Amino acid sequence: MVDSISSMEKLASTTASRGGPPLRIRGLKKAFADVQAVDGLDLEVFPGECFGLLGPNGAGKTTTIEICEGLTEPDEGVVELLGLRWETGAKELRQRIGIQLQETQFPDKLTVEEALRLFRSFYRQGISVEESIRTAQLEEKRKARIGGLSGGQKQRLAMATALVGDPELLFLDEPTTGLDPQARRHLWDLVDGLKRAGRTIILTTHYMDEAERLCDRVAIMDHGKVIALGTPQQLIASIGGEDIVEFAVCAAKEKTTAGPSTRPPYGGLAQDDNQECVPTTVNVEQLIEIDGVQSHRVDAGLHQLSVSELHMAVPRIFAALERQGLHLSEFRTHSATLEDVFVRLTGRNLRDE
Amino acid sequence: MNKLELSSLYQLTMVRFRLVLREPEAIFWIFIFPILLAIGLGIAFRNRPADVLPVGATTQQLTAALAADKGLNAAEMDEVTGVHALATGRILLLAVARPGGVEYRYDDTNPDARNARLLADRAIQTAAGRRDAVATQNGLVHEVGSRYIDFVVPGLLGMNLMGSAMWGLGFSIVEGRQKKLLKRMVASPMPKWQYLMAFLLSRLAMLVIEVVVFLSFARIAFGVPFRGPLWQLAVFCVLTSLAFSALGLLVASRAKTMEAVSGLMNLVMLPMWILSGVFFSASRFPNVIQPFVQALPLTAAIDALRGNMLQGTELAQMAAQMAILLAWFAVPFVVALKIFRWR
Repeated sequence: MVDSISSMEKLASTTASRGGPPLRIRGLKKAFADVQAVDGLDLEVFPGECFGLLGPNGAGKTTTIEICEGLTEPDEGVVELLGLRWETGAKELRQRIGIQLQETQFPDKLTVEEALRLFRSFYRQGISVEESIRTAQLEEKRKARIGGLSGGQKQRLAMATALVGDPELLFLDEPTTGLDPQARRHLWDLVDGLKRAGRTIILTTHYMDEAERLCDRVAIMDHGKVIALGTPQQLIASIGGEDIVEFAVCAAKEKTTAGPSTRPPYGGLAQDDNQECVPTTVNVEQLIEIDGVQSHRVDAGLHQLSVSELHMAVPRIFAALERQGLHLSEFRTHSATLEDVFVRLTGRNLRDE
Repeated sequence: MNKLELSSLYQLTMVRFRLVLREPEAIFWIFIFPILLAIGLGIAFRNRPADVLPVGATTQQLTAALAADKGLNAAEMDEVTGVHALATGRILLLAVARPGGVEYRYDDTNPDARNARLLADRAIQTAAGRRDAVATQNGLVHEVGSRYIDFVVPGLLGMNLMGSAMWGLGFSIVEGRQKKLLKRMVASPMPKWQYLMAFLLSRLAMLVIEVVVFLSFARIAFGVPFRGPLWQLAVFCVLTSLAFSALGLLVASRAKTMEAVSGLMNLVMLPMWILSGVFFSASRFPNVIQPFVQALPLTAAIDALRGNMLQGTELAQMAAQMAILLAWFAVPFVVALKIFRWR
């Protein structure tokens, strides 16, 4: 371990100029009591990109980002920001990065403008308070007390406090957690604007739609490790199919009693009022053999097939199920998402955590 | 933006100042409460004319003798009525004529009753013809500065300086820690010492208002004296406030919840409320604990304030109190900076 660190340090020192990459992490480890929160992490973030750390709660995203922000000390590993290290360049780094933390509550009795004026005074140089208010679209709330702001407005204020120092590198830790859909979209637009302005952004999230929408590259984290890294398109392509087919089946069975006809819970395709739908098993091999079907898994009775060339594969899936004497009680398709990537890699859903 | 607006220490101090002024409860505790307390005590301990003591006697002759003394209010009654009046506290002493003399019935554990005994005996003996062996006369003194209200105002001032510094710092720091504001602040380039210094500076600004309001009231309503130089009084107020701010910082340096910090505050302040001579002189406590009592910051503060206001003692003669206050400022501040928990 000692060897690998010193060789990494050598590697780092060769590029440790002012023009070093915005963020470089090597062999990062951090444990809290008996939990290994970060377990050997390597990452590099390029200038001008929006980089996302995606993962379920407890995956180590916040620990990782807080180590990068110099708020938590790592047990092992090297973290370099803008070619600087926290141990030696903390003062300089604080001036050059912008940070939005999870769940910061600014004093209720302060106004938006006062809070921003305060934060602006910490930086040698930066944008004006006016400009930060404009960027965060808080013009109407300039004189309002923070206690009276909505969740989305508070989050935009937090973003503005991170921006007043005109940072070269911006950290956003779960910027939209707890916001309603409209406020989320509003914040996304804001991040879009920052991206267009060429800022390097590192954000954590446990919403895959957010990562897909905002991030140029995504690292999917689980149990303190990066389990996949790439552009959202690359990651989605890596699971082999561009579309996901989901269905539930039941075996058709003649009704034994002459009771009132009961409709199945879902409007299935091949349903007959004289037949009862009972759960059954599917011959998975026959499905996997179909051209275009890449993989199969079952989650709570719902079968999921990862599929390429959807238009060709779907009729064959129908035919195969028909041959097995199965009736569909549910059937739908959607384009593969990062969620499907996570499910594929871990066998769990992101939102289960 | 001008230069001042860009100074982080100025901004931090102004933010603290605004936050205090926008908190209605804080205004009550800092400005109104000490005045209410002073009014209450002023009423309770106002200087009344010397009390006239009610006494009884069983014969007309004795009653007349007693009534001759201005300090006594005598009534004639038979012995049964008198004993009853004594038991119910309507009279303090009953003079009963006995064959060959007078019997005084009174409760010797009651100071007023003992006074009544002395006055009654003097009146009866004088009436019977006793003459004083030595000629005496009384020079009456009602000096400003020796009244209870004069004594208690510096005590209240010291107590108020302690309370507002400790509560003011303790609560806002723990609140900032709970709401992750402290963490957000250290994530910015803000110099840490400035954050803590802003508390002390805004405290000093509040202090000016607080002390001036309270002392002006004491002066106008009760005529409390200011015998020492005012600038020296100001020095003591600032020193006291700094010492208790540092102590408040220390108490709040690790606590994570309001409950924890309240408990610690009370633990620190309670001994001083009792021992430091706010309402009565600290010298009443036994000698064994005097070194401890004298080393408390509130004792030193109140001693210095009383010395300045009541006796006009010069700064140089209160070096000990100043040293104690400075030590209570420096040591807790340094320790607090060392152990402070920012997240």
